[in-house]
Amino acid sequence: MSTDRTSWRKPAFIKNPTLRYGIYAALAIYVVATLATLPIDWDRVSDGMRRAQRIFNGAFPPNFERSGLLIDGFLESLKIAILATVGGIALSVPLAFMAARNISIKPIYFLGRGIIIVARSFHPVIVAIIFVKAVGFGPFAGALTLVVYSIGFVAKLLAERIEEIDFGQVEAMRSVGAGFLSTLVYAVMPQIMPRLVGLGIYQLDSNLRASAVVGIVGAGGIGATLANAFGRYDYDFALAITMVIVGVILVSEAVSGFIRKRIA
Amino acid sequence: MMDSQPLQQTLDHWSRFTLRQRLMRYGGLMFTLLIVAWALSSIDVIWEWVWDAPTQMGDLFGRMMPPDPSNLPSILEAIWQTVNIATLATMFAVVVSLPVAYISAQNTTPNRVTLWIGRFILVSSRSVNTIIWALLFVAIFGPGIVAGIVAIMFRSIGFLGKLLGEAIEEIDHKPVEALEACGASRFKIVLYAIVPQVMPAFFAISILRWDINLRESTVLGLVGAGGIGMILQGAIDTFNWPEVSMVLLTILALVVFGEVVSSYMRKKIL
Repeated sequence: MSTDRTSWRKPAFIKNPTLRYGIYAALAIYVVATLATLPIDWDRVSDGMRRAQRIFNGAFPPNFERSGLLIDGFLESLKIAILATVGGIALSVPLAFMAARNISIKPIYFLGRGIIIVARSFHPVIVAIIFVKAVGFGPFAGALTLVVYSIGFVAKLLAERIEEIDFGQVEAMRSVGAGFLSTLVYAVMPQIMPRLVGLGIYQLDSNLRASAVVGIVGAGGIGATLANAFGRYDYDFALAITMVIVGVILVSEAVSGFIRKRIA
Repeated sequence: MMDSQPLQQTLDHWSRFTLRQRLMRYGGLMFTLLIVAWALSSIDVIWEWVWDAPTQMGDLFGRMMPPDPSNLPSILEAIWQTVNIATLATMFAVVVSLPVAYISAQNTTPNRVTLWIGRFILVSSRSVNTIIWALLFVAIFGPGIVAGIVAIMFRSIGFLGKLLGEAIEEIDHKPVEALEACGASRFKIVLYAIVPQVMPAFFAISILRWDINLRESTVLGLVGAGGIGMILQGAIDTFNWPEVSMVLLTILALVVFGEVVSSYMRKKIL
């Protein structure tokens, strides 16, 4: 009884009925078509369940015997994360100035934005593979990868912060004839400093997390230890590593959250 | 002068920070420098490789130029596969994360036990990386797109459930009370008092995760879980650098496309 004035119906999500049902139909066709072409081989799956069983059986109980390797891997991850954060921030500050619309001229702005977009587009694992090929296995490739990863995040958010600054201070500096560099240092930097410190701490935390992954493709750190354990079917050691990674990430998240709260 | 400080002192000398603040700042700086020095001096890096890194990278870049489009049809097919992995996995994850979000939000969860079950699902999903999920599911389903979809889905549930649960915790509770007062059933309360309030957040979060998943699914192929990563891995293993750069260009285009689509949808829906 939809014509009855006393009954109320929920307004439709998309007003135009043709468009609404058109979108629903298109979505349904897409889902059915892609699902239908999925090559699910149920024999392989039931076979795989046995393999998963074997992995889990091998993984329990986790084996902490080689804790020396574990600690070394983590220290290396930590060093990679620290160096990459410092390097990434050092590069991010000039890039952020380049990519801020209110500070830089058009061509420089587009160059800065372009670099940031490229740095953000590639998953760290892909970047790591390229760097491993270019500079060899080990922590150096990992640090370079995370520098790129840090630029993509820190420079982007910092540029957005610069675009939001109070421009009165810049104008004041310019009106007394200050140079470009001193304007940046005295009028812009103090305004973006809290955000920069916050981003740096957040990025250290997220670099530590990412360094566990890029190690899988040979870029050093705990990820390399994990990949080796997996490759040697040492599933109990691999589980121990994974558990410690999860623990360390939870701790570092808590620590960085605490520091950021104190600073902000 | 509102300050309790003697007037003479403030006129004589202005400083931005108090002595204590300055000490804290220098202390922080020193601490950072020490940490960096420790990391630099003890890291296991072969410095010869560092010094000739620019040459090596220039060499690699030179080999990548110009990109080789001869394999473009199969690259595009793999890109389409990547989009499908991201989209299907996001859809499934959204469906699964709805009840998880419902039980992990403090104001809607039936009791403490379900709250902790919800929290446990969210934390375990988020703390294992997509690649590690993929390694596991490749062992179960065999190499291919199915393992990729399930891996991305497992990872997304934690993200979607956490953010959605937070959105549910922030709702205005009056509509819920109004419906309760009218004697509405539990299901009707969720449908008419909670769903409309979290709808915008729900779409924003799902679109954001889809965008992230596009990037994540580009690397699944490296562990055999389907998508463009398979072709990338193959090209790198055969030192086919022009094809590598072609794949990288396509990924760049895909990610930019994803960002355009998601910002358009966000504007359209919200």
